[in-house]
Amino acid sequence: MTAQTTAQQYELTMSAGQRVDHEVIAGLVERGARVLDIGCGDGALLAMLEQSRDIDGRGIELSPQGVAQAVGRGLAVIQGDADRDLVNYADDSFDYVILSQTIQATYNPRIVLEHLLRIGRHVIVSLPNFGHWRIRLQMLVFGRMPVTKNLPYHWYDTPNIHFCTIRDFVGLCDELDAEIEQAVALNHYGQRIPFRAPWWFWNVFGEQAVFLLERGKR
Amino acid sequence: MSANKTRVRQENRGTAPGDAVGEANAPSSPVVKFGSEAPLKLDCGVELSPWQVAYQTYGTLNAERSNAVLLCHALTGDQHAASINPVTGKAGWWDLLVGPGRPIDTDRFFVICANVLGGCMGTSGPANIDPATGEPYGLNFPVVTIRDMVRAQARLLDHLGIDTLFAVAGGSMGGMQVLQWASDYPDRVFAAIPIATAARHTTQNIAFHEVGRQAVMADPDWCRGNYHAEGKRPTKGLAVARMAAHITYLSEEAMHRKFGRRLQDRDALTFGFDADFQVESYLRHQGMTFVERFDANSYLYLTRAMDYFDLAADHNGILTGAFKGTRTRFCMVSFTSDWLFPTEGNRKVVHALNAAGARVSFVEIETDRGHDAFLLDEPDLDLAVRGFIDSAARARGLPHKDLEEGKRV
Repeated sequence: MTAQTTAQQYELTMSAGQRVDHEVIAGLVERGARVLDIGCGDGALLAMLEQSRDIDGRGIELSPQGVAQAVGRGLAVIQGDADRDLVNYADDSFDYVILSQTIQATYNPRIVLEHLLRIGRHVIVSLPNFGHWRIRLQMLVFGRMPVTKNLPYHWYDTPNIHFCTIRDFVGLCDELDAEIEQAVALNHYGQRIPFRAPWWFWNVFGEQAVFLLERGKR
Repeated sequence: MSANKTRVRQENRGTAPGDAVGEANAPSSPVVKFGSEAPLKLDCGVELSPWQVAYQTYGTLNAERSNAVLLCHALTGDQHAASINPVTGKAGWWDLLVGPGRPIDTDRFFVICANVLGGCMGTSGPANIDPATGEPYGLNFPVVTIRDMVRAQARLLDHLGIDTLFAVAGGSMGGMQVLQWASDYPDRVFAAIPIATAARHTTQNIAFHEVGRQAVMADPDWCRGNYHAEGKRPTKGLAVARMAAHITYLSEEAMHRKFGRRLQDRDALTFGFDADFQVESYLRHQGMTFVERFDANSYLYLTRAMDYFDLAADHNGILTGAFKGTRTRFCMVSFTSDWLFPTEGNRKVVHALNAAGARVSFVEIETDRGHDAFLLDEPDLDLAVRGFIDSAARARGLPHKDLEEGKRV
């Protein structure tokens, strides 16, 4: 559930030491916004956003080590749990709520996403795509739950209990009447897949995706 | 046997200079006295007058008067947060966190710590002489609350010419004062660090306090609170109160680690009621040393103040109301093995602060040392407080001394 472990897990670091999805997320956040980062780990993304986007940032992190490091670097981060603590946040209390590489580790992703859409005017979700062709190939050929360089856990020790594909997540957004304002898929090398590519293409070749959502008008 | 000897020795000490009673009326700390023209209005309706505050300061107030940090002490603490205690001769209770180069850096901040109202180290309390009678107040001292303590501190700051505190920090009962400060004087508090505390005293904690008070009051030497005049001191009762309370400051794991079932200075059980076990001997020692430095009536008053504390009750039961519109930034800390002020009570405050839109950090530190962890060497506490203070100081525009002088970064 911590961004630390997920960062290691997906090895999404670039040469500058910054996670690719962090860079994409930073591009989606308006300057000076109020931002809540759920599962913020040691606060790397929040610190980067405070520096580069001048945001008013808050974070929630499950691991005490992550919280201690984040608070130690001067961030307003609280020890808490996405599954349990979001209920305490008021409607529309943030401009952006970010859930970065964390939704697959929550007990109830649907309820978590409902809370995100309630708390934030905008919601940013980044997630690993379980529909990526490497994973499909492993399942097809070996008939076993995939263990890849980027998904190093076995089925019995993974913290990621609710994997989904890009298409699955789009389906949940539809069900919750969330509007997808922007979506970005990144391939194995952290490069953006062209925006005009159809969903099925993203779902096969996107190793991860970043969504910018908004509550529907319905 | 040894307990009896010690007790006799304490009684002989009486009002010898340097003990708790001496410090109450003739403190070695600086004192601000407020006369009849400046009474202190208390929650119980009494206007206390005359009254006084004893305090200590560390560091230097800057020209803008913007670098003041107020420390609030716990139940049996005092103003000697970072100075040698004149009664015990020991280092200050927050010596690990407060001092030159420490997280609360006295090279950088002007740190103030005052003895609480109702205490026995120089601020008005039941051991002080009632000017109306010329005798110690005893139970004639009005019952005080956490808010009254904070009022008294605010008056001290007025006197010192400090309008806004850069930070206010404290653990346990000190944390209650921190929350009260942030609630009652939001514009005077830039940053708040409440540690191992709660927005109200729990039923169980009131129950523990009642046991302690009953132990004091059951001691015949308590003399219905009038022991000073009778030349006695209820040391037995107060020692038992301290022993019971001390258990709540530790954790089962820490006690087991420290003492196990090991025997004290003997190879076999004695089949008697001496302190066979190390843990018994330890608690007796804690009780005996405590009575040498603390006034029994003060113990009654201060435990009562904690019992009465319920911040939400003043806001129609809604804790968020206590922090509505606050611009203070908060750093709350709890400890995993603290069963006196458990994480859940701290987290309730965090949730209320979140709901109020406050800028809040919250760390639960993993330790087996129980409630007392806030006074001990806990590297994660050091890290969190240091990081929080540094970032708050940047936001407040307080220069970092090392950067200013071009020393190490």
